[in-house]
Amino acid sequence: MQNQEEINRLKHVVQQLLDEAKHQGASAAEAAFSVDNGLSVSARLGEVETVEYHCDQGIGVTVYFGQKKGSASTNDISIDSLKETVKAACSIARYTSADEYAGLPDANLLATEFPDLDLNHPWDINAEQAIELAIECENAARNYDKAISNSEGASINTHQGTRVFGNSLGFLQGYQSSRHSLSCSVLAGSGDAMQRDYWYSVARSPAGLELARQVGEKAAQRTLARLDARSLSTRQCPVLFASEMASGLIGAMIGAISGGSLYRKSSFLLDSLDTQILPEFVRIHEQPFLKGALGSGSYDAEGVATQARDIVSEGILRSYVLSTYSARKLGMQTTGNAGGVHNLTVESGDNDFVGMLKLLDTGLLVTELMGQGVNRVTGDYSRGASGFWVENGVIQYPVQEITIAGNLKHMLRNMVAIGNDVDMRGNVRVGSILLERMAIAGE
Amino acid sequence: MPLLEQVTQSILAVNGLQTQDIDQVMAALLSVPVDAADIYFQSSHFESWSLEGGIIKEGSHSIEHGAGVRVVSGDKTGFAYSDRIELPILLEAANNVKAIVRHGQHAQRKIESAKSWPQLYQPLNPLKSLDDQEKIDLLKRIDSETRKLDSRVEEVMVSLIAAYDNILIANQDGSLVADVRPLVRLNVTVIMVENGRREQGSMGGGGRSDYSYFLENDRAFEYGREAVRQAQVNLQAQEAPAGNMIVVLGPGWPGILLHEAIGHGLEGDFNRKGTSAFSGRVGERVASDLCTVVDDGTLPGRRGSLNIDDEGTPTENTVLIEKGILKGYMQDKLNARLMGVRPTGNGRRESYAHLPMPRMTNTYMLPGASDPEEIIRSVKKGLYARNFGGGQVDITSGKFVFSASEAYLIENGKITRPVKGATLIGNGPDVLTKVSMVGNDMALDSGVGTCGKDGQSVPVGVGQPTIKIDGLTVGGTSV
Repeated sequence: MQNQEEINRLKHVVQQLLDEAKHQGASAAEAAFSVDNGLSVSARLGEVETVEYHCDQGIGVTVYFGQKKGSASTNDISIDSLKETVKAACSIARYTSADEYAGLPDANLLATEFPDLDLNHPWDINAEQAIELAIECENAARNYDKAISNSEGASINTHQGTRVFGNSLGFLQGYQSSRHSLSCSVLAGSGDAMQRDYWYSVARSPAGLELARQVGEKAAQRTLARLDARSLSTRQCPVLFASEMASGLIGAMIGAISGGSLYRKSSFLLDSLDTQILPEFVRIHEQPFLKGALGSGSYDAEGVATQARDIVSEGILRSYVLSTYSARKLGMQTTGNAGGVHNLTVESGDNDFVGMLKLLDTGLLVTELMGQGVNRVTGDYSRGASGFWVENGVIQYPVQEITIAGNLKHMLRNMVAIGNDVDMRGNVRVGSILLERMAIAGE
Repeated sequence: MPLLEQVTQSILAVNGLQTQDIDQVMAALLSVPVDAADIYFQSSHFESWSLEGGIIKEGSHSIEHGAGVRVVSGDKTGFAYSDRIELPILLEAANNVKAIVRHGQHAQRKIESAKSWPQLYQPLNPLKSLDDQEKIDLLKRIDSETRKLDSRVEEVMVSLIAAYDNILIANQDGSLVADVRPLVRLNVTVIMVENGRREQGSMGGGGRSDYSYFLENDRAFEYGREAVRQAQVNLQAQEAPAGNMIVVLGPGWPGILLHEAIGHGLEGDFNRKGTSAFSGRVGERVASDLCTVVDDGTLPGRRGSLNIDDEGTPTENTVLIEKGILKGYMQDKLNARLMGVRPTGNGRRESYAHLPMPRMTNTYMLPGASDPEEIIRSVKKGLYARNFGGGQVDITSGKFVFSASEAYLIENGKITRPVKGATLIGNGPDVLTKVSMVGNDMALDSGVGTCGKDGQSVPVGVGQPTIKIDGLTVGGTSV
């Protein structure tokens, strides 16, 4: 479902901007225009807390004068403002240096096919209805168990937007997409023993969301499971990253094989193309054309065609993750990843979550990570964690106030297994990941 | 009041609005019984320049403006915003948001007398404080001077950022207040290589000033020297220890400890709702008697300072902990009213498109009596952490982390060898009770902090003297 009229309205503005850039002397230009409308409501303790109406737009332009580049953006799309924005970009381009790698993508790499990826499912819901749903979600959490003592509330977010991208090579495309989410966070216990956890569901289509009641109940279950958490003594042991935490590990790896990290030589996976970076059973691939998925797109942020492709197979790094600029810096060709990866998928093994716990046998299950202690240059990894201590494949008790540490290079290389309990809520689709051994610091 | 006139001109007049139009929107908001209503107008100019690989690689400029319309009734908030500052659109927003107001709630109109407050920063446009040629010359000089410092420097990245914010806040009591907020930041990152080992160092700073700030006291080049020094240290760093040990935190930026361990937990919203580990604990001991911690938005020129917060309340120096006893919380208007206390000038928002909430400004610990060297000498075995990356907290369980980016072992009262960065984890309500020594070397950070809460980012500051904590968990790999 695409409103072509709205897309054309934005295309017209983008074309005006490109024309103005040419008029002001730019040898090449690209521009993007996005409009987003949304509604957010939150309810707490059975009553509405906030109702927010969102309405955002933004337009950005990058101009090239030969190999010199300048960018500018605004949220004012009046003709005068557009002219001023182009002028600001052109002015900046007078001062930036000529960079032999700068410029638009090669014309033959731009996307030419634009399949309907089924990304636009606006939610026909008004504030009153959304409030009711949020209250239903929160009630499910609060009524789940007497031990649920307080609430941070439940919220509904619904957004629908239009994006158009064009460049002076004649590329001018747009699409509409939607995104909806439902979340809930509740507390249990009191005083020093108080705990909080949350759950959320996100989808392109309202029908793809978990039921409000399920989201509330999961939030309650997760909170209750944390009660009476203790620390662990300092030790080394195997660690199982729950699927909602595993995507962060894969994300750190993708960051290290991204063009920007590589050409700056600030990556722990430098020069690792065609080498074994993961065990042989691991395959990681991109699926840009999945219908209705959160990370789908037939072209990247530069208009380059995306590809369904393997990034890792048999544990060997087959391809980096590149934009036009970083590819040229590395003497390679863009992989259509300006702006990121598209539905990155880690192939699952045979074990479900229970099977993964059995494989873990005795060790730490991590369900939450805190802080940013990941060094992309060295791969050194040290983060705050909470989760559960597991013995003989059975959860024993919740743990908190510990850190887990290691080096990503070794953590990835010594991955033991990947579960089929895939978390589908993000752009990285991966099940729980079992690592051979990490250092745990605690009391 | 020239500032008010200047801002009224730059936000309202250029969009064809007059102050009477604000009255009309406010009248629409107040046609139902509400506790509070405000309209927040904003006009922002922003630029960034970056150098990498010895060349000026990118530059960008942006202009954004808009208005946010809010009504509050009891603990319920209705909010809408638009990037078009036009009367019909503001009226439509007003009509949408007031729908949240139901029957039976009372309007509590409180007319406050007009206040004045000191100007903590000049109403400058930092983007215009240097011409573009001077900006890029500065970046290139930083690059060449930094590369000269050490032959192992392989890459230097420099970024220069300035923002110029004009805001105008209309409140339901008829008050109209304005602020002009400059903010600049410069950052230098270096990559150094030795025998195939690659390490990074980074240093930056800034404040509510213009670009001349970086030319004073050689600051710009000092950032480069400091980034190189940190990378040099990291090239020597060995495995960090794991486990609970005595930790000495250096002065300045390590004050991020206070921001994470206690700051967030003392924000009014969490305490009104009873979701913070500090809820209901005013008057109780939460730190050793050596610790006095304030949140002070009134420091001239600091990154976290504001003349008025984003609800028009003048900022204050709020005592959070005095000699170990919890004194109070940081408040915006909504949470102050519901808790029956005064707002403390901590109502902040990322932009017109976001709702205000209680946020920190500059959070720091006052100096103590100990000589920093004496503090180190008192430790038989422990960790000395001098620089940090970011941190995070779970305000309900009180557990917080912050990640050391430069740390050393202390052995027999001496700093011996550097160790790799590691995350430190602790429990907010009791970590400060373990503070056994506080230095006399209180310092504020260099002006790099950005705090995130509910998806909103705002600039903040932190600071502290050298402090000794008798037991904190250090997340190294050496078990």
